[in-house]
Amino acid sequence: MNEKTMIGLEDEHFKQMISEESICVAENIVYEKPSVLTDTPMHYCPGCGHGVAHRLIAEAIEELGIQDKTIGVAPVGCAVFAYNYLDIDMTEAAHGRASAVATGIKRVLPDKYVFSYQGDGDLAAIGTGETIHTCNRGENIMIIFINNGIYGMTGGQMAPTTLIGMKSTTTPFGRDVELMGNPLKITELIAQLPGVYYCTRVAVNNPVNVRRAKKAILNGFKYQDRKKGLSFVEIVTNCPSNWKMTPIESNKFLEEQMMPFYPLGDLKIPTDKGE
Amino acid sequence: MNEIKLMKGNEALAEAAIRAGCDGYFGYPITPQSEILEYLTLEARQRTGMVVLQAESEVAAINMVYGAAGTGKRVMTSSSSPGISLMQECISYIACAELPCLLVNVMRGGPGLGTIQPSQGDYFQTVKGGGHGDYRLITLAPSTVQEMVDHVRLGFDLAFKWKNPVMILADGALGQMMEKVELFPQIPRKINIEPWATVGKPKERERNIITSLYLVTEVMEKINLDLQKKYKEIEKTEIRYEMTGCDDAEIILVAFGLVARICTKVAELAREKGIKVGVFRPITLFPFPYDELSKLSERVKGFHVVEMNAGQMVEDVRLSVNGKVPVEFLGRMGGIIPSVDDILQALELNYAGALL
Repeated sequence: MNEKTMIGLEDEHFKQMISEESICVAENIVYEKPSVLTDTPMHYCPGCGHGVAHRLIAEAIEELGIQDKTIGVAPVGCAVFAYNYLDIDMTEAAHGRASAVATGIKRVLPDKYVFSYQGDGDLAAIGTGETIHTCNRGENIMIIFINNGIYGMTGGQMAPTTLIGMKSTTTPFGRDVELMGNPLKITELIAQLPGVYYCTRVAVNNPVNVRRAKKAILNGFKYQDRKKGLSFVEIVTNCPSNWKMTPIESNKFLEEQMMPFYPLGDLKIPTDKGE
Repeated sequence: MNEIKLMKGNEALAEAAIRAGCDGYFGYPITPQSEILEYLTLEARQRTGMVVLQAESEVAAINMVYGAAGTGKRVMTSSSSPGISLMQECISYIACAELPCLLVNVMRGGPGLGTIQPSQGDYFQTVKGGGHGDYRLITLAPSTVQEMVDHVRLGFDLAFKWKNPVMILADGALGQMMEKVELFPQIPRKINIEPWATVGKPKERERNIITSLYLVTEVMEKINLDLQKKYKEIEKTEIRYEMTGCDDAEIILVAFGLVARICTKVAELAREKGIKVGVFRPITLFPFPYDELSKLSERVKGFHVVEMNAGQMVEDVRLSVNGKVPVEFLGRMGGIIPSVDDILQALELNYAGALL
């Protein structure tokens, strides 16, 4: 008696039970690629949070069934190729201008779902003016803000959100407030603006945080129906390559250094019921 | 019978934008063209539902235009010289992404903050580039308030025909002065959806992406070659110009915009003195009427270019004439409009010998 016969693998009934057709049925699926994510291999570094953030956007669009009503705006930065991975109509903006581009789209297509996806250099340095005014006007869009405290695409220079003492290629001795000024908590600033309907800070470093981040992104889409103002979702995340850390070390740094300065949680939640 | 009104240039242009079925205007105040934004804010929304938004800067305004143009709508912005300088980066993106839109520059004197008086100092910026990379703007140069109206409709048509930004290059005097205009009837706003537009991807089509980023060098070169091919086609088909009294002329005055009208008066006075002068007015500055000027150079004694700058279009006239006959130049700067006397004197001085 061989091994297969011993465990019943040769048995016809058992063969049927374990066939591909019998396993791949809806009730057995616990995890799959969202249909709104393309098959293009992502260019992101191992351990980077961008991939998870993209996936959450794709999941949210799929779940809400709004693929045919959603337009995204990609930034300049590591996520410049976001449009390669999301199976939706997208526009690639100039550096810092994503929220102005999103404003233009939303104003002429007020019933569509519009979001911009921007990094810290894009949103909080070169694009601060557009960010503040888009939020203050209360455009009915979602801004997704990826804060990893560094310029990723250009090779690890200081970002407006780089922590005090944190090293980068342009703060080789650590960020010195005297020389480089303070890290900018732009999300706290934005939460004060009357045009902002929803403002939250989430992370994608563990399953619990991923679920919360997804909820936030779902909110950012759903709240656009209410036409009550802008949704701002900061995702505080890591950059293993430019932090010069392994993915695990970078997650530790994220929890021990980044999160105390950029604490997770809602900064502003809707006070109405959306009527 | 079309409606006839006495209107200020800027307001006439704004009125034409509403009537042309414009879907969105994004702008920022700057003298001498703020009336465009003001007029549209007052009139547009209630009449056609057109979006009018005062942006926080010219940089934001042009990026709003970029986003909105990507949805295939008829959108526009306007500004004056320093504001147009601020927009150049995004104009380059729009040209590369091949999006239709209408841009208006009511020029004022520069460089720097300069003056709020009229100028034609942005000719180079507009027709030779302005932003980075090899791209062209179809450029229309109105010379009357009537053309401020007509070029809006023409501009939108050309923008969509060629999927290219179109610039109306006016000046502060045209923007501020009042003239009689005939207004075309209201054109309905667009309802058709452009196949390339970012409006939300239905299941059955590929996603539409608006970008100007192509990291593979061969792909980026192909994009450039395709753009150049388009510009060549535009040069073949879209040249517009006006000739006044050129048939028997010995000297041709070449000027665009408002200056061409002054030159028409100069030509009249010159003819009274027995000097046969004609006026050649390029209406499109890109594409530029090189061949037409070249043909004229076969049978005239010389050209005299007049501009409100230090000599910009004159370079293109010289390219056309290619040394066959003299090309003289008169320019006033700093917001000064050359007078009829200025031009007549320069003409007589420069061509005294040739005309004896």
